[in-house]
Amino acid sequence: MFAIFQYPFIQNAFLAGSIVAVAAALLGYFLVIRGLTFAGHALSNIGFSGAAGAVLLGVQPVYGLLVFTVAASLAIAVLGREIRERDVAIGVIMTFALGLGILFLSLYNGYAQQAYSILFGTILGISRQDVLVTALFSLLIIVAILILWRPLLFSSFDPEMAEARGVPLRAIAGLFLVLVALTVSLAMQVVGVLLVFALLVGPPATAARLVRRPAWTVVLAIILGLGYTWLGILLAANGTWPVSFFIAAISFVVYLPVRLFSSRLHDRRPIIEVRRA
Amino acid sequence: MLDLLQHSFVQNAFLAGTIVAVVSGVVGYFVVLRGQAFACEALSHVGFAGATFAALLGIPALAGMLAFTLLAAAGMGALGKRLRGRDVEIGMVLSFVLGLGVLFLSLYTGNANRAVSVLFGSILSVTRSAALITLGSGLATIAIMVFLARPLLFASIDPAVAEPRGVPVRALSIVFLLVLAVSVSEAVQVVGVLLIFTLLIVPAASAELLTRSPLATILLAVAISLTSTWAGLVLAFVGRAPVSFYIVAISSLFYFAARGIRHFRAPRRYQEQPHPSREVLPPS
Repeated sequence: MFAIFQYPFIQNAFLAGSIVAVAAALLGYFLVIRGLTFAGHALSNIGFSGAAGAVLLGVQPVYGLLVFTVAASLAIAVLGREIRERDVAIGVIMTFALGLGILFLSLYNGYAQQAYSILFGTILGISRQDVLVTALFSLLIIVAILILWRPLLFSSFDPEMAEARGVPLRAIAGLFLVLVALTVSLAMQVVGVLLVFALLVGPPATAARLVRRPAWTVVLAIILGLGYTWLGILLAANGTWPVSFFIAAISFVVYLPVRLFSSRLHDRRPIIEVRRA
Repeated sequence: MLDLLQHSFVQNAFLAGTIVAVVSGVVGYFVVLRGQAFACEALSHVGFAGATFAALLGIPALAGMLAFTLLAAAGMGALGKRLRGRDVEIGMVLSFVLGLGVLFLSLYTGNANRAVSVLFGSILSVTRSAALITLGSGLATIAIMVFLARPLLFASIDPAVAEPRGVPVRALSIVFLLVLAVSVSEAVQVVGVLLIFTLLIVPAASAELLTRSPLATILLAVAISLTSTWAGLVLAFVGRAPVSFYIVAISSLFYFAARGIRHFRAPRRYQEQPHPSREVLPPS
């Protein structure tokens, strides 16, 4: 069981997975309380197109990921100003980017293995250098969130009051989406586009149902995220089923009873029933 | 150009594309009106799990998609009126079904291209029988929508008033989600799981920016999705890029043009009139 830790690719998977789980839980908490889950999903799909474009140009997929997700997050911030329009604007931008993605794939002669590995995740195939780059980026993202912590929390829970107190809502919202874009680009290389979501939304959604205070919710989300990732990698390394399936399944299996049980205990928890703004 | 229509795969593509475009335009209007874009996205990913499961069993993809999406729609319907604003719950279900899809895909040892065609659509390989099933279920969907249109409109715009007047808001919500499940499964054949919005959301969202009356909006949405599908098919025969790309490019053009038109056309008048889809907020 634990003999697998001798393999460098398992060590790399654990290191990169842990780093991504921490950053995703921190960002994901704000994604959940701001009602931006769909944006998280859309940005990860958009990243796939960026990866496909990078493969076509012959550069590293991560550059394509970053260009596409950051551009899309700015477009979402500009086009989706009104709440009513936001989901539709996100959907249109996502679809347009994915349309470009299939164009890139069709222009690329041959089977774009790199693009598909971005789609389905390659946690068991990352190098030590990838781990270092991931760690560096995650650290920057985590520091940025900690600096923004108070205004971000204030504007997420009570946007009207925050605006009256001079918090720049638009700038904070835009900056936050860019940070989500960076995190998604990062996480994608570990769990793949299709399941970035599992790490971004699963742990914070479960934690927010169990704990009230924001700081403790984030801490619990980080613990859950690390647990899911480690367990997922262990299960996958000993079998033949994919890591991303295990992480998503564990996340869902933990969330389901918490969701059902906590809603029966205290029906309308203010911490998650915040007005979407 | 017209010679192409003699080929049966071209006929199938146009037949399936046309019926899917019409159904998507009509159903998409209500998806946008009811603010269920994310639920629609989740249903399409449920379809991905269904299609990969079908591949594993060796049955047609459409059957797997219909079974999975109808089940998921019934589950979402159980949430009832509370579906709106439940994006965390929808997201959790979405990530779980994606995980299932990835699992089925990894267990499936056959042709990997099948996954790509589910993700990005394969209108040029629609068989005659699939086209006829699409035609039949499409006509049934439109008949149901014609029958439901008035009460569904009422229930979508103002559920708080509709319910005391005897409109079965909850039942309508469930029936609509089932209709949406069928429409999604059909549309996946044409544009694929990842591009489902290009037919189901983009035409309706563009139309809604330009017109106000429900009937005009629906007709405009159908016109936009038909134009995108037909032009996409024709361009794909002329150009080198895949059909899905052309359909997405054209329908996105419509949306960005509509945003531009609305931006320059007396914006103040639009701000004064509340849109029917505005959420009904309790008096504060």
